Amino acid sequence: MAAFLAGIGYHRWVLDALLVLPLLGAALVMLRPEAEAKRLALWVTLGEFVISAGLWWTFEPTAVMQFTVVRAWIPAWGIAYRLGVDGISLFLVLLTTLTMPLAVLGSWNYITQRERPYYALMLVLTTGMLGVFVALDLFVFYVFWEIMLVPMYFIIGVWGGPQRLYAAIKFFLYTFLGSLLMFVAILAIYLLVGRATGEYSFAYEHFLRNIAVVKPWAFWLFGAFALAFAIKVPMFPFHTWLPDAHVEAPTAGSVILAGILLKMGTYGFLRFAVPFFPDVAWHPAVQAAVVTLAVIGIIYGALVAMVQPDFKKLIAYSSVSHLGFVMLGIWALTLQSVQGAIIIMLNHGISTGALFFLAGMLYERRHSRDIAAFGGLAKVTPALAAVLTVVSLSSIGLPGTNGFVGEFLVLVGSFQPYPWATVIATTGVIFAAAYLLWAIQRILFQKLDKKENEGLADLSRRELLVLGPMLACIFWVGLYPAPFLRRIEPAARALIAQVQASAGTGTAAVQGASNAR
Amino acid sequence: MPVDLSTAAGVTLALAPELVLTAWCLVVMLAIAWRHQDEADQRAAGWLSLAGIGITAIPVIWLWVSEARAVGIAGAMALDSFRYLSALVFLAGAAFTVLLSLGYLGRERIRVPEYYLLILLAVLGMLFMGGGADLIVIFLGLELMSVPVYVLAGVNRRSVVGAEAALKYFLLGAFASGFLLYGIALVYGATGTTNLALIGAQASGFALDSNPMALIGMALLLVGFGFKVAAVPFHMWTPDVYDGAPTPITGFMAAAVKAAGFAALVRVLLQAFGGAPAWHEAVWWLAMVTMVAGNLMALAQRQLKRLLAYSSIAHAGYLLAAVTSGNEAGAAAFLFYAVAYTLMTVGGFAVVAAAGRDGERDVLVEDLNGLASRRPWVAAGMTVFLLSLLGFPGTAGFIGKWYILSAAVDAGQYLLAVVLVLASVISAGYYLPPIMAMYMRPEPSPEAHQGTVISGAPRFVVALAAAALLVLGFWPNVVLEAAREGGAGLRSAVTYTLAP
Repeated sequence: MAAFLAGIGYHRWVLDALLVLPLLGAALVMLRPEAEAKRLALWVTLGEFVISAGLWWTFEPTAVMQFTVVRAWIPAWGIAYRLGVDGISLFLVLLTTLTMPLAVLGSWNYITQRERPYYALMLVLTTGMLGVFVALDLFVFYVFWEIMLVPMYFIIGVWGGPQRLYAAIKFFLYTFLGSLLMFVAILAIYLLVGRATGEYSFAYEHFLRNIAVVKPWAFWLFGAFALAFAIKVPMFPFHTWLPDAHVEAPTAGSVILAGILLKMGTYGFLRFAVPFFPDVAWHPAVQAAVVTLAVIGIIYGALVAMVQPDFKKLIAYSSVSHLGFVMLGIWALTLQSVQGAIIIMLNHGISTGALFFLAGMLYERRHSRDIAAFGGLAKVTPALAAVLTVVSLSSIGLPGTNGFVGEFLVLVGSFQPYPWATVIATTGVIFAAAYLLWAIQRILFQKLDKKENEGLADLSRRELLVLGPMLACIFWVGLYPAPFLRRIEPAARALIAQVQASAGTGTAAVQGASNAR
Repeated sequence: MPVDLSTAAGVTLALAPELVLTAWCLVVMLAIAWRHQDEADQRAAGWLSLAGIGITAIPVIWLWVSEARAVGIAGAMALDSFRYLSALVFLAGAAFTVLLSLGYLGRERIRVPEYYLLILLAVLGMLFMGGGADLIVIFLGLELMSVPVYVLAGVNRRSVVGAEAALKYFLLGAFASGFLLYGIALVYGATGTTNLALIGAQASGFALDSNPMALIGMALLLVGFGFKVAAVPFHMWTPDVYDGAPTPITGFMAAAVKAAGFAALVRVLLQAFGGAPAWHEAVWWLAMVTMVAGNLMALAQRQLKRLLAYSSIAHAGYLLAAVTSGNEAGAAAFLFYAVAYTLMTVGGFAVVAAAGRDGERDVLVEDLNGLASRRPWVAAGMTVFLLSLLGFPGTAGFIGKWYILSAAVDAGQYLLAVVLVLASVISAGYYLPPIMAMYMRPEPSPEAHQGTVISGAPRFVVALAAAALLVLGFWPNVVLEAAREGGAGLRSAVTYTLAP
């Protein structure tokens, strides 16, 4: 396979193709008749997946950026179209290309009006998300980061639930506020680095090499990056946009929001905020703040999820909890914890994505998101019940499923630097079991006491097609994570080494990381 | 190409665009006197004026391409790329206005053939403002621009608000001119000259900063220009005037008139007072207050025209932020932003004009409800304009804002940069609701948007402006290079950093 891909020059054009194809697809969707829209979108997203699948074989498990592309864009400001993939972004790219065809398939019957713009926006969104993960020029990164906001804003605002306008503008404003401050920070680094080195360039490598010159302002610059990413993650207390956006978005929108968009925040920390400003990130006060907020997020998200009467809202709050683990794992900065954090990012995309799909399927059947509206579904819809149970267990982190691998690695890796925080975070896993098991108990088991629920249809073939790949991933990562870890490891090691090299002050966490190695 | 301004030939050459436009004004005037009976004659006058605008662009471009540079004595007209690029921006703004007016005047039954002549005269004034290298020339340009615009604001004689707008604009504008003139007099008293280059040459020698006469003169100049560009706290006239004037003229005032005021301000501050850091702090405060107040006041507007009026105040704040940086990058950022701003403002008002058909009624944000399902292209165009005004990536507004920010950060103005982006976040609070209304709210009735048709010339304007904004958002290189060259044209600019 690898030889064949090398023969067709795969590494040279793959990223270009991944970014351009959806845009062409979007134009095509708008030009063709309404009835063909979803079919076209499905073919384009499937094409994306097939193209991106080659990354799995051709990716070399080393720390260097691969599949790089550099093309001049605005030479006057040193802006170039620079792309590349490493172990941190590889799985996020694959997760995106895997989720998108499923999201299109999941929207098949749900979206009944204005299909053309809907699917066109989905495709534009694909480009935006992939662009964020592969951009190696901070200007390009920022452009993608913002552009992806527009399609999501419209998807929530036009095809969402009853409170969609409020949710859409809240989502937009929160992200916009954070990202604009990041924009000033990027600009400041660009000018300071440019002035010190004489070379004005937005290249990621250039920033990384010369980041030492911004030391006097590092705290504020880190703050601007961290705020943008913390809103996106979302970290407690910047999470309030999330329940609204997730609940009001149409099913596929929620899946994409939870599955991919939230990862941009943690990806941003891993790719930019932490490597650029390691000594700020591991300043004891910052460290304490981040770890505390991460743990609060884990516990708070779980507790709030427990009392939600609305199934979609429950899943939304569970995201706050899961992403807290990722933040803890990044800040623990041991090999296991960073690998675990990246695996959780992947897992959360799969499991929570699947949960949102299932919530959407329940909604399509009953037009209600209330947990109380269901009960005893296991008797009428056994297949749906089985899938929901498996997915819930994976989200809880049952051994043998993907959720276990990530959370275990994070907890093991974080114990040494932050024993107390890890102990408290572990209780979050218990809470997760509580809210999800309680929810599926009320939905699937108990008595079938509502008349409306008696005639519900079981999963259709299309729905099985949506959930099948996700189930496969749940077990693949859960039972045989080695190929994933192997591809992540060099990048994680490089990140840790990079941080250690710049953080001269050797804090406890950094020492912990070196012990772990 | 060297142009000796001490010879008659040199002066003629330097004034070529203005002379051509003046001659064309006479032609249009005669044409109107000859034929002014009906609608068709009025349209003919419009096309004739448009041709004049196009023809005037030729000597501008020719001067630019042949790299005309002044030699000999310090002249009253500048020969630099700043002048040429700003002149092209004014001409483009006027051309768009004429195109929008062609259908508008007939629809609103405004029969004033002189309308187009007044636009041409105003543009002539703008050319002098952007190119004047002498305070007196700039003042003459300002008056030549202002008087026709006073008339244009009230050109719809049946409209009470139009009359109110014209009167208000005239009274306050006259006041502002008084300030400006008095400021010029004081500066002349302090330096003995009105030539920008000569003032600049003496600025350090005369210890301008400690010379109270010069300081007061400079302050009065700032007040005068502040009125013209609608900077807070000199903005009081703006909403009422913008609201009352015919919509294409509102677009003209918000785009070209404002840009002309800024062009003159930038030139005066950088060329004459580049060596006098006293103004930096004043403009810094003006920029701060204008950005914050303009955006906050816009938040409260429900009427589209007033919303865009307040948003134009906010944009004046952004432009002032570019001026504050006080260097060539700031001037270049101003030029680029002026290009983008002209396109998005004219486009936005074109859509408002279309939505307000059948009598100039107030178009509320709610009146756009469901526009996207009935008129998808109009809604798409408006979305591009609003996102560009918001400074969203992928549009020219983003590149412009980026340029201003980078000029500000480069000059060490971190606080100003942060306030600018926070103000932009506030602006999302009023730029997004029209988009939400168009796309996310249902149409009130199937007939609601029957009348919202953009056809003919206005359609061309909207399509061109939207396409240009998107193209400049992704490939800004050519205009960026031109703006950089234009900024560098103000050679005598001195870089100052200011601790806020």
